[in-house]
Amino acid sequence: MRIVCPFCGERELGEFTYLGDAKPQRPAADAGEEAVYDYVYLRDNIAGVMNEHWYHGAGCRAWLKVTRNTLTHEISAVEPAAGAGAAKVGA
Amino acid sequence: MKYSIFSLARAALSGHKNWKPTWRDAAPKDRYDVIIIGGGGHGLATAWFLASEFGIRNVAVLEKGWIGSGNAGRNTTIIRSNYGLPGNTGFYELSMKLWEKMEQDLNYNAMVSQRGVLNLYHSDAQRDAFARRGNTMRINGIDAELLDQAALRKMLPFLNFDHARFPVQGGLLQRRGGTARHDAVVWGYAHAASELGVDIIQNCEVTGFTRDANGTVTGVETSRGKIGAGKVGMAVAGSSSRVAAMAGLRLPIESHVLQAFVSEAIKPLIPGVMTFGAGHFYVSQSDKGGLVFGGDIDGYNSYAQRGNLPVMEDVCEGGMALIPMIGRVRLLRQWGGIMDMSMDGSPIIDKSPVDGLYINAGWCYGGFKATPGSGFVFAHLLARDESHKEAALFRLDRFQRGAMIDEKGQGAQPNLH
Amino acid sequence: MRGDQANRLNNGGLIDRSAPLNFRFDGKTFFGFKGDTLASALVANGVKLVGRSFKYHRPRGILTAGSEEPNALVELRSGARREPNTRATTAELYDGLDAASQNRWPSLNFDIMSVNQLFAPIFVAGFYYKTFMWPAKFWEAIYEPAIRRAAGLGRAAQVPDPDHYDKAWAHCDVVIAGSGPAGLAAALAAGRSGARVILCEEDFVPGGRLLADGGTIDGLPAAEWVARTLAELATMPDVRIMTRTTLFGVYDGGTYGAIERVNDHLPVPPEHQVRQRLWRIVAKRSIVAAGSIERPIVFAGNDTPGVMMASAMRSYINRYAATPARRIALFTNNEDGWRTVETAIAAGLQVAAVIDARPDVSPAHRSLASKGGFPVLHGSVAGVDGGKTGVRKISVSLAGGARAEVEADGLAVSGGWNPTVGLTSYHRGRPKWSDDIAAFVPDGAPPGMVAAGAANGAFGLGACLREGFEAGTAAARDAGRTGSTGSMPVADDAAFSLTPLWHVAGKGKAFVDQQHDVTASDVELAQREGFESVEHLKRYTTLGMATDQGKTSNVAGLAIMAAVTGKSIPETGTTIYRPPYVPVAIGAFAGHHRDQNFHATRLTPSHHWAAEQGAIFVDTGLWKRAQWYPRAGEKDWLESVTREVKAVRSGVGFCDVSTLGKIDVHGADAGAFLDRVYINAFSSLAVRKARYGLMLREDGLVYDDGTTSRLAEDHYFLTTTTAKAGLVMQHLEFCRQVLFPGLDVQLTSVSDQWAQFSIAGPKTRDLLKEIVDPAEDLSNEGFPFMGAREVKLRGGLTARLFRISFSGEMAFEISVPARYGEAMARNLMIAGKPFGVTPYGTEALGVMRIEKGHVAGPELNGTTTAADLGLGKMMSTKKDFIGRVMAGREALVAPNRQVVVGIKPTDKARRLRSGAHVIPKGEVPGPDNDQGYVTSVCFSPVLDQWIGLGLVERGRERIGEIVRAHDPLRGEDYDVELCNPVFYDPDGGLQRG
Repeated sequence: MRIVCPFCGERELGEFTYLGDAKPQRPAADAGEEAVYDYVYLRDNIAGVMNEHWYHGAGCRAWLKVTRNTLTHEISAVEPAAGAGAAKVGA
Repeated sequence: MKYSIFSLARAALSGHKNWKPTWRDAAPKDRYDVIIIGGGGHGLATAWFLASEFGIRNVAVLEKGWIGSGNAGRNTTIIRSNYGLPGNTGFYELSMKLWEKMEQDLNYNAMVSQRGVLNLYHSDAQRDAFARRGNTMRINGIDAELLDQAALRKMLPFLNFDHARFPVQGGLLQRRGGTARHDAVVWGYAHAASELGVDIIQNCEVTGFTRDANGTVTGVETSRGKIGAGKVGMAVAGSSSRVAAMAGLRLPIESHVLQAFVSEAIKPLIPGVMTFGAGHFYVSQSDKGGLVFGGDIDGYNSYAQRGNLPVMEDVCEGGMALIPMIGRVRLLRQWGGIMDMSMDGSPIIDKSPVDGLYINAGWCYGGFKATPGSGFVFAHLLARDESHKEAALFRLDRFQRGAMIDEKGQGAQPNLH
Repeated sequence: MRGDQANRLNNGGLIDRSAPLNFRFDGKTFFGFKGDTLASALVANGVKLVGRSFKYHRPRGILTAGSEEPNALVELRSGARREPNTRATTAELYDGLDAASQNRWPSLNFDIMSVNQLFAPIFVAGFYYKTFMWPAKFWEAIYEPAIRRAAGLGRAAQVPDPDHYDKAWAHCDVVIAGSGPAGLAAALAAGRSGARVILCEEDFVPGGRLLADGGTIDGLPAAEWVARTLAELATMPDVRIMTRTTLFGVYDGGTYGAIERVNDHLPVPPEHQVRQRLWRIVAKRSIVAAGSIERPIVFAGNDTPGVMMASAMRSYINRYAATPARRIALFTNNEDGWRTVETAIAAGLQVAAVIDARPDVSPAHRSLASKGGFPVLHGSVAGVDGGKTGVRKISVSLAGGARAEVEADGLAVSGGWNPTVGLTSYHRGRPKWSDDIAAFVPDGAPPGMVAAGAANGAFGLGACLREGFEAGTAAARDAGRTGSTGSMPVADDAAFSLTPLWHVAGKGKAFVDQQHDVTASDVELAQREGFESVEHLKRYTTLGMATDQGKTSNVAGLAIMAAVTGKSIPETGTTIYRPPYVPVAIGAFAGHHRDQNFHATRLTPSHHWAAEQGAIFVDTGLWKRAQWYPRAGEKDWLESVTREVKAVRSGVGFCDVSTLGKIDVHGADAGAFLDRVYINAFSSLAVRKARYGLMLREDGLVYDDGTTSRLAEDHYFLTTTTAKAGLVMQHLEFCRQVLFPGLDVQLTSVSDQWAQFSIAGPKTRDLLKEIVDPAEDLSNEGFPFMGAREVKLRGGLTARLFRISFSGEMAFEISVPARYGEAMARNLMIAGKPFGVTPYGTEALGVMRIEKGHVAGPELNGTTTAADLGLGKMMSTKKDFIGRVMAGREALVAPNRQVVVGIKPTDKARRLRSGAHVIPKGEVPGPDNDQGYVTSVCFSPVLDQWIGLGLVERGRERIGEIVRAHDPLRGEDYDVELCNPVFYDPDGGLQRG
């Protein structure tokens, strides 16, 4: 597999680390145990197109959102995580 | 049809024309007491134990392809019971004891071969962790030996002791561990279950569940029509999430690809099973002569049943680091299976939140060795509606309760287990 | 100097008669020529028997002339370089080549195990599943060892592989597999378009079937066209032709695996050169022009030496000028097979007969037969009379039912051709059936790949050129290369007609898979026993699982299965195709990553200095850390370590702790960020102060710990454990970029930028004063416990100084830029001399942390909570943090959890060992009273006894209780006391003083 890092260009699989489904959102602090359990443990485990978190650890250290098909491994889109890239100084 | 050297010799006289099918290729009936989804080792073992131990013979095993076409037919055939945590230790030993009498029980030679499983250690910290685990085994009545380097030099002189980046310092040996012929396990259970009246229905894909007004599962919809059932058990590791989704369930499971490799057949080179402790590599040699080896999962969610080069290279690097004499042995075949990677690395055998549906899932890359034990405890659950004592910790709600069984201590990150 | 070579033609062939090579087979010396394979040289020398089969030990000869060979497998080379199962048909001959037949004893000619043939009626497919079950113990003791010895083929070397392997990357627009007419035409078109092209050819000479079958292209003899084409391609700087290179697999993202046999054609790789090289080729497009493989017809005795594929016979005669027989017969079901007759006649061989399964043959061939004076028998081969000396007589059943006999010493067989569909099917694609050629052809392919020519089912020479050229043009276009492709090479298309014939029923064993001894009746038996699915067939009979991956047998096997089940071949289907296309040496996948180079080695900044001191190093992840510093006269490690600990506790010592992960955290929200990732508060930490922090995973269990210092309002310096340095960085980046993108915070890994030393002991301040600029106030008031700030060193260098203590002593940690690390170690030694400074290693570090009850790796094992570690009070209730919610789950706060406690043997002379379990006194050990275990141990010089930490059920409530340390693995069982884990200076006065 090869991932086109928005910062570094197309790079080989070995430069990246996988985390998993990017859909679950960390619940708010007051969301309760059930919501956090769901976030931490339950997965759609999609057979098909999935948005995933990958980390370009051997490159720019950006976290990426990769759209990939788990049946074919085809990658159709890559975008940086919300906080990847330039510093938000003064934001 | 009884198998023995005598029946073979008799058959030879008639040119082997009189053998019957190893199992009946059944057509679905309208209704069964129990339907098992998944004609792999676990599903077929469950059916056999239901019939032989729990007296439930009106059972069907539904297989979407050919029996054994999932992970039962694409693993590295290792059997062992060298686990360290409550829940796992007792369960895998139950399974090991069932391996030890499987062939006589089933009248089928599954080539269960107790040539030993050796985990190598390369540091003091690793030795200490192995000592802890080995003592757990011994306290549970399981054989385990902690060997030092001198013992290993005698036993396995070909290991890289002297030029290694991470020299072998010793190992934890379970002599009763070993291998079994994976396909034969499937066929043996199919053979024996079929003899007891279990219907094995191939090319029958489950496409949905039928449910009554209370939501209780009353049967399945399949590519060969609706089939009613008193209870439905799923044993479809690799596809658990997809099947559970048909009942509206989300599971603490991700599907990952694990590759395995086999070399060309060579004369006996490696005696038992060994695992490298400083890299991702484990190996045994099949009775046919091929080195059967593997390593880590590829690390990303996948249903593709095939992997990529980086892991293949990583595994071979581990192999060469540990056993540098295999450099000129050629890798013959590479394949990939879909692993039900659970959130703590341990399986789930439990009633599901949906009445009438029972789950056997989350085997990670350890499903093969569990085959007989899994079949037994799942049959127990289906027959008695309560967990067998050796499976009592494999509950689905353990993640809600915080009672994980995490041998590797990696937490809710399936690709690290 | 050229030996006998009785079967070598005087003229022709692509061999160099001026370069004779001697070689040995089974100890006997022969000669061949440069350009030969081992197989062609054996053919030239009249050697027919080359191997014994897997199960029945039947004599076997050479069946093919390529990588599909099932029979002619040898052990090539000897000693450490012995290579089992090497195909004689692809092994390039070199001077001094030494090969031996395999799977026979005592000799190839007289093989005791051929007695197995007597048991053949019992040794049918799957017989072993039905027996060897009684008594159960006999499997490991008797049956299996015998089976294992009998199984396998060649013998691997039993010593380390002495050769080197390389791994490389290549990038191109178009990668092409195969250099036959389709491959060369594809390269021509793509190259002329301006594309970057890599063409992989597994043979050592480009040309594919053109080398054996010739033909006319662009009005030129094929050989001339090949030469002209290669010359043109050589002028294109972006076209690279790699011979001796097999494209074996296709992976995601247009990544291809190829194996280059760099020096296998030499006895030993030249100095500093590799044996083989693994290529990872990244290509925008790929063209599979790998041709097709002629398939056998299954008939009784089809494994007799001297039975050979018709195309292979042409290869040996035309390419190698070696004649496999003097008087040949041909058994064919198609037009193409007749070319072997033409070749044989041209070479002056006798043709005994053609047995053609079709009702008609072309007028041209009929007249060829009458001119040549040999009969054309319409029918099929019913049996072969012969043995290890080769074919003698062939019995034929004629179409009308009559019988005929043909005397010949060679039988060429052509059952049609199977396109090479492996590469196109490796992404679990299934080929489709083509009735036209009665074979499977590619049906789609992985992204970016197309098949062309014979690999695509187009068998005519003209069609191969056309498909290759068009595929090359299209692939280049797709890659954005649009140069003029010039004119397409042209050739005529010979007609291809075939009447499918898979299996001739007859008496005697008819082999489908010759290498695995799978017969037609085994396939029928499998069907009878319910193994009808092709995957069951494969697994039950082992059909197609041999080293040739069934290249000559799979389709025939499933055709026979189709016949007995009454299904069509496409309904029966194929098994899954699995890479690699040819077996690849494990060493090649490993490359240089073996021995000391298996993984990288990281050295601490003071490594070379420590080595000078004679330090013993320990592997910690990739790091080499000084474990202890032995001194002359010390009898073992324990004596050295004890000395180091005592020196620190009574004077001063230092230790390189640079391996800790170090992260600079900058930004206005740095404190807020740390509040979310640590369980305790950091926004409230004063500038110039350090604090111990604990991180959880989101599941509430402890992830990592370390001290983090606030160097400025918006600047923290965070440390991690050595083991988790990279992972914590990844985790924090995830928190920053994904979970909390709104925070103004930046992370910089500075692990490698700072050399860090722990300086500990009551005389620490005395030593530091010699190092640090005198203007810096190091007094307890000026630099209190848990103080942290930049200081100037003598000489002007700026360092970071932290008053933290892992040892429990008065201690500092000092960081200097990594390039000064070694100098720092040397200066500490010089400056510390008056105070008896002692360098200490990780063992002494560990002893002092255990004496102090600090947790480390063995306790932070991924299953412990903060409370388990005795750090539950650190969990802030005033803020949210990673892991807060899940940490509250019932089983994680249960009262009976195993928690950290101190452990010491009641017998002070007793050695305590990690991994011993804790069992209540007076109870029989069992799973129900296994209450925990010893996690860390050391010999404590302070207490003068072995002590340890453990995780023990309700341990903190049981201080003072005597329990058993149960260690059956090491045969030990002794009483220990559960105690306070802080063995040394429990109120911490020393470190604050």
